[in-house]
Amino acid sequence: MKASAFSYTRASSVTDALDLLALHGDQAKVLSGGQSLMPALNLRLSAPALLVDIGAISELRGISESNGVLKIGALTRHVDILRSPDIAKHAPLLTEAIAYVAHPAIRNKGTIGGSLAHADPASELPACTIGLDAIIVVRGRNGERRIQAADFFTGIYETVLSPEELLVAVEMPVAKSNSAHFFHEYARRKGDYAIVGLAASGILEGDVFADLRLGFFAVGDRPLLAAASKHLTGKPVTASMLADAQAALDAELDPQEDQQASAGMRRYLARQLMARCVATLLGRPELDARPRA
Amino acid sequence: MTNPTPISLTVNGESVSAQVLPRLNLADFLREHLGLTGTHVGCEHGVCGACTVRVNGDIVRACLLLAVQAEDASVETIEGLSDSGEISDLQAAFQNRNALQCGYCTPGMLMAAQDILTHEPQADREQIREHLSGNYCRCTGYHAIVDAVEATARARSGQAR
Ligand SMILES: Cc1cc2nc3c(=O)[nH]c(=O)nc-3n(C[C@H](O)[C@H](O)[C@H](O)COP(=O)(O)OP(=O)(O)OC[C@H]3O[C@@H](n4cnc5c(N)ncnc54)[C@H](O)[C@@H]3O)c2cc1C
Ligand code: FES
Ligand code: FES
Repeated sequence: MKASAFSYTRASSVTDALDLLALHGDQAKVLSGGQSLMPALNLRLSAPALLVDIGAISELRGISESNGVLKIGALTRHVDILRSPDIAKHAPLLTEAIAYVAHPAIRNKGTIGGSLAHADPASELPACTIGLDAIIVVRGRNGERRIQAADFFTGIYETVLSPEELLVAVEMPVAKSNSAHFFHEYARRKGDYAIVGLAASGILEGDVFADLRLGFFAVGDRPLLAAASKHLTGKPVTASMLADAQAALDAELDPQEDQQASAGMRRYLARQLMARCVATLLGRPELDARPRA
Repeated sequence: MTNPTPISLTVNGESVSAQVLPRLNLADFLREHLGLTGTHVGCEHGVCGACTVRVNGDIVRACLLLAVQAEDASVETIEGLSDSGEISDLQAAFQNRNALQCGYCTPGMLMAAQDILTHEPQADREQIREHLSGNYCRCTGYHAIVDAVEATARARSGQAR
């Protein structure tokens, strides 16, 4: 199908974009890479009166590191993340995860700001920001808000962003020498949205998790920071600790059923991913033994 | 401003100026305004890859880009790649390996294939498959397409079998 008619304007700066959004309210939509918005327009799931194209705002670009904080501008494309040596060094979880996001032609346009603002619960980057304890930086006409990633996502395609705000950047602590990360997703085909996925980061002290952040995705209406990880930290992980953690995880999940998977299948895959993650990060394959039938 | 908006860009090396509605996507602009119908339109929401073109050197979905966003851009379509001879070996390999039947997917496949051949000339079959994973073919079963791209990769790096 074809998009319905709309007006189009290219914002020259963040201030200009915020003025336009304030003027037009929820009649306007921000256009970033267009890789989620354009499908919605073409399918007529969305019919805004005005598109505010932020693609030319140079202050929203760029990847930088200072004082232990990695900052990624909203307009950073998926392909830029894939190729960035700074990200590979300071947030290797993102480098690994981004290869699972869509396909090359889409990664050449799609942006991190667009992915986070779009908030698809099956999407990789939102879960990564949760796993990495990132801060999402949002600007409105009255100033800036800094929001913990775990508080940013509120439902399917829903966030705490108001229609008059712009997501400007994402910030996260740089990986430490004893940081470890894990990423995996189950999907029918490379590049598809996940059936269930996990983006995790941890701090290892010897063979013990001093900290473990498990960002599950496609397990509910938003990415989930699993509280169940508390069963796995502070002492060497045993099979029974892992079983407790898996049971606790199961209680936290609220998976949807769709044509890809039943809720039960998603629960099963999430528990498996937890075991695989723990076994991989600790280098203890025996923890990932498949249950006997 | 739902009114026609002036744009100017380069298409296959030639300067083009036009008046377009903001809602017009680049695929429809190429096909309907410029008569460049080699860029195909399948799904119109990014999943099939039939509309893949190059913009400023990067492959993108022409159905997910507005013509007004292509202001000042350099757009290359299958007609451009074909006429310049840039992919004549790849096209011959597609023919030799029966990598096309109806041909609907072929322009997009050639665009995506040339992209990996340019950026990762040593790519193996697995990498080729992954790079083409966003392009649907309803006819060939993909195997012959991967054969053709792999054969071109080998030939270009001088290791033809
Ligand atoms: C075939 C296909 C497969 C895909 N597969 C995947 C996948 O496997 N995993 C995945 O994660 N994604 C996937 N995507 C989506 C892709 O990653 C998008 O790039 C991303 O979701 C949106 O980024 P964008 O820059 O294109 O945003 P846009 O499409 O421009 O915008 C998306 C939404 O966010 C809003 N927005 C954008 N930027 C801002 C901002 N800075 N501030 C406030 N609001 C903003 C827009 O108004 C819009 O509502 C796929 C897309 C396609 C077409
Ligand atoms: S028509 Fe553009 S991807 Fe299908
Ligand atoms: S040859 Fe028919 S769709 Fe690929």
